[in-house]
Order: sequence, then C-alpha cells, then structure tokens
Amino acid sequence: MAISRRKFLLTTAVAGSALAVGYVVLKPEEDTRLVFQKTARGGEVALNAWIKIDASGTVTVAAPRAEMGQGIYTALAMLVAEELDVDWKSVQVQDAPVHQVYANREMLRAALPFEDGYHQGENTSGAQFMGWLAELLSAQGTGGSTSIRDAWEPMRNAGACARHMLVQAAASKWNVPASECLAADGTVSHNGSGKSLSYGDLATLAASLTPPENPPLKNAADYKLIGKAVPRLDITDKTTGRATFGVDVKSDGMLYAAVNVAPVMGGSLKSYDREAIVKMPGVVAVAALPTGIAVVADSWWRAKKAADAAPVDFEDGGNGDLDSEGIYQLLEDSIKSGDPFTYRDDGDADKVFENAGDDVVASYQVPYLAHACMEPMNCTARVDGDNIQIWMPNQAPFLMRYLASRIADTDVENVQVFTTYLGGGFGRRAEGDLAEQAVRIAMAVPGKTVKLLWSREDDMRHDMYRPAARSLFRARLDDKGRPFAWFNRIAGQVPTKSFTQRIFDFATVDMPDNTSSEGSADMPYAIPNLQVQHVPVDLPVPVGFWRSVGHSYNAFFTESFMDELAHKAGQDPYKYRRDLLEGHPDYLAVLDKVASAAEWDLPMNSGRGRGIALHESFGSLVAQVAEVSVMPDDTIQLDRVVCVVDCGRVINPDTVVAQIEGAIVYGLTAALYGEVTLKDGAVEQGNFPDYEMIRLNNMPNIEVILAPSGRPIGGIGEVGTPPIAPALANAIFNATGKRVRELPLSKAGLVG
Amino acid sequence: MPAIKVNGEVRVLDIEEDTPLLWVLRDTLGLVGTKFGCGVSACGACTVHVNGEPVRSCSTTIGDVAGKEIATIESLATDKLHPVQQAWIDHEVPQCGYCQSGMIMATTALLAENPDPTDADIDAAITNICRCGTYSRIRTAIHAAAKNMREG
Ligand code: FES
Ligand code: FES
Repeated sequence: MAISRRKFLLTTAVAGSALAVGYVVLKPEEDTRLVFQKTARGGEVALNAWIKIDASGTVTVAAPRAEMGQGIYTALAMLVAEELDVDWKSVQVQDAPVHQVYANREMLRAALPFEDGYHQGENTSGAQFMGWLAELLSAQGTGGSTSIRDAWEPMRNAGACARHMLVQAAASKWNVPASECLAADGTVSHNGSGKSLSYGDLATLAASLTPPENPPLKNAADYKLIGKAVPRLDITDKTTGRATFGVDVKSDGMLYAAVNVAPVMGGSLKSYDREAIVKMPGVVAVAALPTGIAVVADSWWRAKKAADAAPVDFEDGGNGDLDSEGIYQLLEDSIKSGDPFTYRDDGDADKVFENAGDDVVASYQVPYLAHACMEPMNCTARVDGDNIQIWMPNQAPFLMRYLASRIADTDVENVQVFTTYLGGGFGRRAEGDLAEQAVRIAMAVPGKTVKLLWSREDDMRHDMYRPAARSLFRARLDDKGRPFAWFNRIAGQVPTKSFTQRIFDFATVDMPDNTSSEGSADMPYAIPNLQVQHVPVDLPVPVGFWRSVGHSYNAFFTESFMDELAHKAGQDPYKYRRDLLEGHPDYLAVLDKVASAAEWDLPMNSGRGRGIALHESFGSLVAQVAEVSVMPDDTIQLDRVVCVVDCGRVINPDTVVAQIEGAIVYGLTAALYGEVTLKDGAVEQGNFPDYEMIRLNNMPNIEVILAPSGRPIGGIGEVGTPPIAPALANAIFNATGKRVRELPLSKAGLVG
Repeated sequence: MPAIKVNGEVRVLDIEEDTPLLWVLRDTLGLVGTKFGCGVSACGACTVHVNGEPVRSCSTTIGDVAGKEIATIESLATDKLHPVQQAWIDHEVPQCGYCQSGMIMATTALLAENPDPTDADIDAAITNICRCGTYSRIRTAIHAAAKNMREG
C-alpha cells in the first residue's frame, strides 16, 4: 500500500479540525433529551433525543436524515417503534434540529482506507476516531448510503430506553415491581391487577426518570415491524399534493428571489445597473453575489423576469476557453504523465508487464453528469439581527448552519435550519451554495423571509457535477485465461477535494480519497498482481457527490473490462467471474442467483444479447443481468433487467425494492443519454430537452430479488446504480460484438 | 384583469396576462401541490386540467386560460381519495414525490378519456419525467386505478 493509514488519518484529522472551527466542542454533561424537548408542541414530552409522546399517545420520532425519496423517515421510525412497542398508526416523524447527538458517524467512517478492518465490520481505532470526529463536527448529514447503518444501534436503543422508562413509570405509579408490567401497542399493563395506562398517560413521569444504560434489545425473531412490509409514512401526502418541499415553504409577506450569475465556470460579477433593475415591475431589492446578482421581488415570476432582463456584466475568471475537448485531452494526458495515488498494489504488476506479452489494453471514458433533481434548487431564509432561519431541502443541515453563520458573521447557535422534504437529492443537496446565496440575499432585506429559487437552467449550468473520468487498463492472462496481472489507472477530478474547497478555499492539497477509486481498488476478484491508481486532475469545473460517486464510473470501467478478459479467454462472462471469486461466498451467491433468475444459460435469438455485472458498493452486493434487442435501425432496446441484492438485514423490503428500481433508472438514464459538455467555459445543456431522461415509453422491465445473507447491514440508496451501465454495455457486446468504452450510448448512435 | 375559475372558485387576478398559470397557482393562490420542474413544458410536473384537458401550466399564460375551468391536485380528493390517488398509495408509487402531482393529474385526464388504456396508450399520454424512476409502479397503478374505476 502506498498510503499508510497513519498518514491518511493525519490528513483527515487536519481537515476535520479545520472544519471544527466555529463548532461547540462536545459537552458530555449535556442532557440531550432537551434538544428534542425544545421542539415540543401541544404538550409533547421528550423521553430522549429521538422520541416525543403527547397526551393522546402520538409518538413523534426525530429524523435527523433527509427524506429524499429513499423512505428513510419511515425506516428510522420503524427502528424506534420496534423497540418502543407502539402501534404504527400512532407514529409520526419530525425533522430533527441540528445537534451533535444526531451526527452521522458512519458517513465519516466510510472514508477510512479500503484496508481498514472497519469495512469488514470491525470496530477499529480508525472507526472510533471517525465517530468522534463526526460528533465534534455535529456531522448531521445524509449521504454515502449510511443512514440505516448509522441509526441501527442508536435508534433501536432510543426506543428500548423509552419503553423501559415508561414501564418504570407505570410500576412506580402502581407501586408494583416493573417485572410484573408489560408494554405493548402503546400501553403498559399490570399482570396481576389488570390495570393499564397508555404511553400518553405515562410520558411526563417517564421523562423524569434516569434512562437505563444498556436496555436489552429484541431478538430478530420477535420483530413485528423490522423486515415487514410497513406502509410508508410520507406516501399519502405525496399523492394529495400536501407534502411540503423546499419550494412550497410559505410565510406571510414572503419575497421571492431569482438569480443571474456568470455562465462561465469560476466567473464573477463585474458590474450591474441597480437603478435599472429596481424600476422593473415588482422588484424590491437587488443583492450582489460573488458570481452575479439576485433580484428580490413580490413574486418569483417577476423576480425571474427582472433577473433575466437585468443589465449585468461578468468576468470569466480566465476560463472562457475551457471546453470538453480540452478536458478529455487533459484526462488522457494525465493518465500518461500524471502523478497518481496508488490505492491497491498486490503482488508486482509492474514486474509482470516489464516483459512484453499478449496484453489486453483498453481505455474507457465517461462525461460529466448533472444531478437534475426533480425539484429545482431552492432555499428560503430570514435574517433578523443576529438570528437566521433557513428552510431548505438539504442533505447536510450542520453544514448549512455553519455556512449561514459564516456569511452573516454570527454564531452557529443563532442559526436554525429546518429541513423540508427533498424533491430528490442524489448528493446535490449536500452542497451549501444555495444556503450561502439565500442568506446573502436575506441580509439585503432584513426581517423579511425570502425564497430563493433557481430555474432548471440555473441548476443544470451550476451543478457540482459527477466528474468526467478516464480509465486505462492493461491485463495479462495466465495459461488458463485467468487474469494474472491487472493494471488500472483512473484519471479525473476528486469530488471530496472539490467539495472541501468550496467550504475552505485553502484546502488545495491533493489527498488520497476513496471516492475516486472506489469500485476499482476494492474489487473482489482474485488477481495475484493487481495495481490500481488514480491521478487527481485539477480543473475549474466544480465536481461533487453524485448517486454512488466513484462507483458510478468505476463499475462501468472494471466490469466492462472484466468482460473483455472473459472474451479474450474465450470463456462465458458469468463463469469467468465465478472462477475469480474464491473466498467470497457472499459475492458468489449473489452472482449465481442473478444468473439463475435471468436464465443465463438459455440461448437467445440472434439480434438479442445478455450482459452481466457484479458490484459491491456501500456495503451491499448487487448483481444485474441486462437483456437487449438490436432494433432494425441498429439502435439498442433494453428489454429486461434482473437484479439481485444482498444488503444484509432488510428494514422495509418494498422500500428497498423501490430504491433499487429507481437507482437502476438513474444509472440507465446516464448510460443512455447523460452528458454535460462545456463550450467557451460554460455548460451547454440547460434543460431536459438537452439532458434527456428515461420516461415511461423506454422503461425496461425490472425484476428485483432481495437475497439478504448474514452480512452486516449495507446501504441501499445508491447501490443499484453502478452495475447497470456495464451490464448493458456487456449485453450490447453479446448482441452485436461491439464493445462500448465510452458513455453515453447515444453518442455512438445506439439509442433510438 | 383576468378572471379564472380554479377548483370551482372564481378568482380575479391583478397580474400581468403573460404570467404563467403555474406561478399564479403557486405564488398568488397558494396552491403549491402543482410543481415547477422545468418551466419549458418538458417534464410535466406542473400538469393541471384546463376544461378537463391535461395542460402544462408552466407554459400556459394566465391570459390563455381566462374564463376557463382549472383543476389542480388539491381538488382531486373530495370526501375520499380519488381512485388514482388510492392506487398510488396501494402500490407505494412515490419516492421523493415531487413529480407525482403532475403524474396523477396526467393520469386522471387520461382515464377520463380512455377508461382502459393499453401500455402503448399510457406511453403516449404520460410523457412526464420522474427522476426517482418510479415508472414501473406508475404503470401498474394506472392499470389498477383504471380497473377500479371501471368496476366502480
Ligand atoms: S414545469 Fe411545466 S412541464 Fe416542466
Ligand atoms: S418520485 Fe421523485 S421525481 Fe418522481
């Protein structure tokens, strides 16, 4: 390994400590119950930081993770309700305030080096350090498919603690031993006397008791909710139009803001004619932003019209010549001569390749991608003296709080962040740009609530994109056709660095970072000489976390190249992979299951083809088989996808299936159409007509099979995305003999 | 001053005639169930009914609909949910939910015209985007709702 763990942890610690500036350091004596009690309405009593109960027995669960469609509100509430023994119908969810008790420890732990035992389920010192750092930062975020992995212990524990306290309260009221009392369905009853009291009756007394240290948790066999088809809590409101997204926030006398910002990457505001803008209909104020202007008006439409018509000039920041061609060239050059980090180095691949041989060599490439959340970017803010309130569909309220306090030069304690439903997140809503803009704008109209809303064009042209990336492979096969040596060098921008730089512009040092090589360096196949490197590339295009991050391209690269090797060896791609998975029975099980479910061995008619891909990400194993047909005009139609998932324990099965279906569509959309290109320093695409999406008419048949083994719990939100592009590309090869090494397929004229 | 009828109520508006219906519904009338997705008639998130026809309200000006009857997602459930909404719940269609008002309004308009649509009819009529990829469930729910409505 080229990177020592110590060095890695040191760099993380430095970055973490920098981020900790402005935060209150852990206060061990603090009563975290009060954190949730402060949000109480109508006689609600908090029993701990996760649970409030009112007199009617309604249980409100604190959800510190963003509900962006993945069903996390429901899943988190299930963990609590399971141990609390409460009727599901009396459970509701509320977004949690920002506090270190709600930090997402798993999100930071995922950044540990691939060889850290944490990734195999051990509680390593690195994992402990990251947990501590998460608390220090109050890292309350939703990302990396970590929500359930993080909440599994603490939220069940919260339910069990509260249940224990409710039983104790009843026992002391009746003056009987707690062991004679039974809690079920929101009621505590006494065995002998037949007395019973509801949780609502007991909550106030229970809240005054000392929580138990380690309450016993249920055995899995006794679960009534976990693993069962529990109806989602947010579905009804999402079919009646009542669900409140960020764009739907309302307040009396609210103002609306629209922006007009420099189109060129890294561009800035040069000048604007304030007098002309304020004369436009409905305009109340104009706010200067570093990158342009915002117009505040009495309706969004008026704000938008004025912003579009505003006389404003920009500087191009020296990037006016940037274009996609130049970027792809830079990636290619970086592969050849860049300075790589090595993420895996088994055996001695260099030495094998020193002697010339019959190598398989291939280069792959993918473009920038936009997130294109269905709900355009927005943030509502109000600045009143030192106090700031933010209503925002966001994935990282702790970060929004910090950035807002920095812009307004106030303490983080003076900032309140309310997280609405998210109309999609996919990583885009972990970014703080909207919060920063909204606070700047709100400062221009103090005491007023302002809703900043971007147009779709603003969103598509000012995203933090999935990096464009290139990957070079060289492999040598042994006499049985198995890969004996494998060299892979990837080049591209690094999302974590770009993200960190947006928060701290001094964070310019390249550091080893899993997100650029994940899905490649950590692949399971037995290859004796294996080297994986990544060359970090600097470009003025902001890049960020896009559903499955590095896996989104590395799965396409590695699983396509693996198919090339199988072809070179003259072997069946399924069986070829099988033979390389010794010592990985869980991977094998998933692969075998998908092959049998998709009837891999059944011959196909000519003009049709099948492709397979296997990929681990975020702790879950996913295998997919894609079936395609070649149409008369030589375009490709994807007919069917069979997908097998092992994510360890399943909390809510239907939600898991839905996430996998959705993630496949997300990956498929990218594989077929997704490409953000630059010209003259600006993004060329602006709206859906030029950034096309899968719709009903080209939706394949998707079958999802859950095959949970005894693995530790894995993630779900992202894991369905990575394998679809290689499964599809491999199917196209099977059907046509044409190897796709560049996405999207529409570029190669393969999409009708 | 244009007057429109929204969910059965006449509203007289003091607003520029070129204002898109979407923004009148959302910001002037506070009917935020209808969503903004693209503003250029490309995604269907803003679908409402104008005289019973599905219309993309982001690209329809208030002048275009003066005197016409507009129905939004808020009008769909009366004392109970519309069968399309019920099918959406039964099949747990929504993920983030943002596109679903538009999907449901497009579906109710389709089923009013064609009580037993084929898959091809659905493909042709419902061209809305769901970024969460709920399409399979949408199709299943449309067929289920159609069946329930036919069987009363
Ligand atoms: S917002 Fe009207 S079609 Fe997209
Ligand atoms: S449910 Fe999220 S866009 Fe359709």
